[in-house]
Amino acid sequence: MYAQMVKSEGMKSRDEMSPEELAFQDRIDRGEKIEPKEWMPEGYRKTLIRQIGQHAHSEIVGQLPEGNWITRAPTLERKAILLAKVQDEAGHGLYLYSAAETLGVSRDDLMEKLHSGAMKYSSIFNYPTLNWADMGAVGWLVDGAAIMNQVPLQRTSYGPYSRAMIRICKEESFHQRQGYAIMMKMAAGTPAQKEMAQDALNRFWYPSLMMFGPSDAESVHSAQSMAWKIKINTNDELRQKFVDQTVPQAHYLGLSIPDENLRWNEEKGGYDFSEPDWSEFFEVIKGNGPCNRERLGARVKAWDDGEWFREGLYAHAEKAAHRRMAATTAAE
Amino acid sequence: MNKTTEQDVSNPVEDAFVADAALAPAFFAWLCRMGDNALILGHRVSEWCGHAPALEEDIAMANTALDLIGHTQMWLGLAGEVEDKGRDADALAYLRDALQFRNLLLCELPNGDMGLTLMRQFLFDARHHLMLEWLTRSASPRVAEIAAKAVKEASYHLERSSDLVVRLGDGTEESHRRMQAAVEQLWPYVDEMFVTDAVDDAMAAAEIAPRPCDLRKEWDETVRSVFAEATLDVPGAVGFAQTGGNLGRHTEHLGYILAEMQFLQRAYPGASW
Amino acid sequence: MSRKEWPLWEVFIRGQHGLNHRHVGSLHAPDAEMAIHHARDVYTRRKEGVSIWVVKSNDITASSPSEKGPLFDPAETKAYRHPTFFDIPDEVGHM
Repeated sequence: MYAQMVKSEGMKSRDEMSPEELAFQDRIDRGEKIEPKEWMPEGYRKTLIRQIGQHAHSEIVGQLPEGNWITRAPTLERKAILLAKVQDEAGHGLYLYSAAETLGVSRDDLMEKLHSGAMKYSSIFNYPTLNWADMGAVGWLVDGAAIMNQVPLQRTSYGPYSRAMIRICKEESFHQRQGYAIMMKMAAGTPAQKEMAQDALNRFWYPSLMMFGPSDAESVHSAQSMAWKIKINTNDELRQKFVDQTVPQAHYLGLSIPDENLRWNEEKGGYDFSEPDWSEFFEVIKGNGPCNRERLGARVKAWDDGEWFREGLYAHAEKAAHRRMAATTAAE
Repeated sequence: MNKTTEQDVSNPVEDAFVADAALAPAFFAWLCRMGDNALILGHRVSEWCGHAPALEEDIAMANTALDLIGHTQMWLGLAGEVEDKGRDADALAYLRDALQFRNLLLCELPNGDMGLTLMRQFLFDARHHLMLEWLTRSASPRVAEIAAKAVKEASYHLERSSDLVVRLGDGTEESHRRMQAAVEQLWPYVDEMFVTDAVDDAMAAAEIAPRPCDLRKEWDETVRSVFAEATLDVPGAVGFAQTGGNLGRHTEHLGYILAEMQFLQRAYPGASW
Repeated sequence: MSRKEWPLWEVFIRGQHGLNHRHVGSLHAPDAEMAIHHARDVYTRRKEGVSIWVVKSNDITASSPSEKGPLFDPAETKAYRHPTFFDIPDEVGHM
């Protein structure tokens, strides 16, 4: 989702597992939480770092497309709501980096891996936000898709990740609703506003479907991650659930989903729909999406420009500590 | 948060000043000064969202911006009532042009680096906090009520910005150099914060607000003690102070801020968002 | 690239209702005072708290996971510490 196509270390059958690995798998199967200093297979640790790190990166890169409209929000109230929401995303990034840090990796290392391109973030944030209705569409569709994945992840096997997801889900509950509220205003507004709303839906529909990642029915990585309970549902399950939930919401708005093949399928009790263009998805992942360079460039610039600031504060803290120590020694 | 504001507006405390027609022009202008400072500085601070040097700082800056947007809603909301021409806070924020804006030039200056942003914030906060503290005892109950809410936030802003000025001034050679450069760059805009004109005299005569020039001494003391701790030099008197915001004479920057901020309201008049 | 990462702090917050401080998460800050400021900005955005503690993560001593059995299992056999262990006749009333 926010973590797409996370590579998991090879799946092992029970006969191939060491006694430690067997005991570990049994704990997960019993629904026990794994906590930071406990024994865990190296593959579990590495996969989690990749997944949580990617999720965290997505939160902070995800600030940018919406941040693009904070200074142009049309009313003071909308401005405050949008700013609070984008701020929450920074907070969610922070919670997730903290969860990753319990696995023995530092936040600065993760940042550097994002900046060098060694780690990825969700493809969705490489699409531009072109009109105000995009603030609605991002909340409604992008957060809607993210929530589909995050709600089950509250039950994930790794304690710190699970606790971060619980906090995030609690805070996110307003995000999707504020997005839909913007869409309602726009869809019921002037013809120009309605046009913006439809345009936003047209542009964000397929990228939102891509957020779940390509079909993983056959994927070994997914099977291992599901056995470890760091992935709870398959990509296709979640995508179907998302479409089934979203289509009636679009109808309520009087907007049409940009898919001629969209039909209710009585037999499966869900909609049939067109797959997104997966070649586009792979291009975006590779760095060729419409905004990849701007997004990563903005993060790198913020980090590089901020180095003197971080170091200045660090240096002062060290000096102040030395001064305190010297004062105590002198007093004695 | 907005819910509370709405309730307060629908059920305001008694305040004879609000309907005082003779006082209205000065009172309105003064309220616009308060509201526009918060609006324009809040706009600038919000530009950092997603671009700050550390996640914790990103979140802290957004909090400051959110507080200032909240202040804007209260001050401009009351300005609209005093003016009594059917304009609410949004109409005042989004449908006035630069000539009608009354904010300090300091607030509209571009962010520069974090050093400049934080120095601007500190110089502003030191005055803002003094102003709001005074206003909690304003003869106007509505003004006092807004100030009582805003002063808690402004006092945290001052605590934060003065702390960061001290830390960065004392930090590394580079951080010290940048902070001192920020002081030099911003110092010509300091005097404007204490310019006192007929509007201020009218507010002071009604005991609604202090004369800004009367806040200067205490402001100087705060700045001096913070700069001393930060090992920063206080610049000497400015030969030629940059002023004019109070009267609607701004820097070139404000036009661009408004072009961006007001774009949707201007391009789609009358639409509801 | 800077290798001087701000240290990690654990944040504990006491909510409105007088319960104990509770661990809510962590953050990075150059020192304790800034950690308090950051904690206020990061973890009390929704009026979650009235008091904040911060502790450097490195200063926390944790029980070892391998000792889980010896540390916690013995409590299992002491059911008499719980009120439901004792049958009190209904006629006695609430106790």
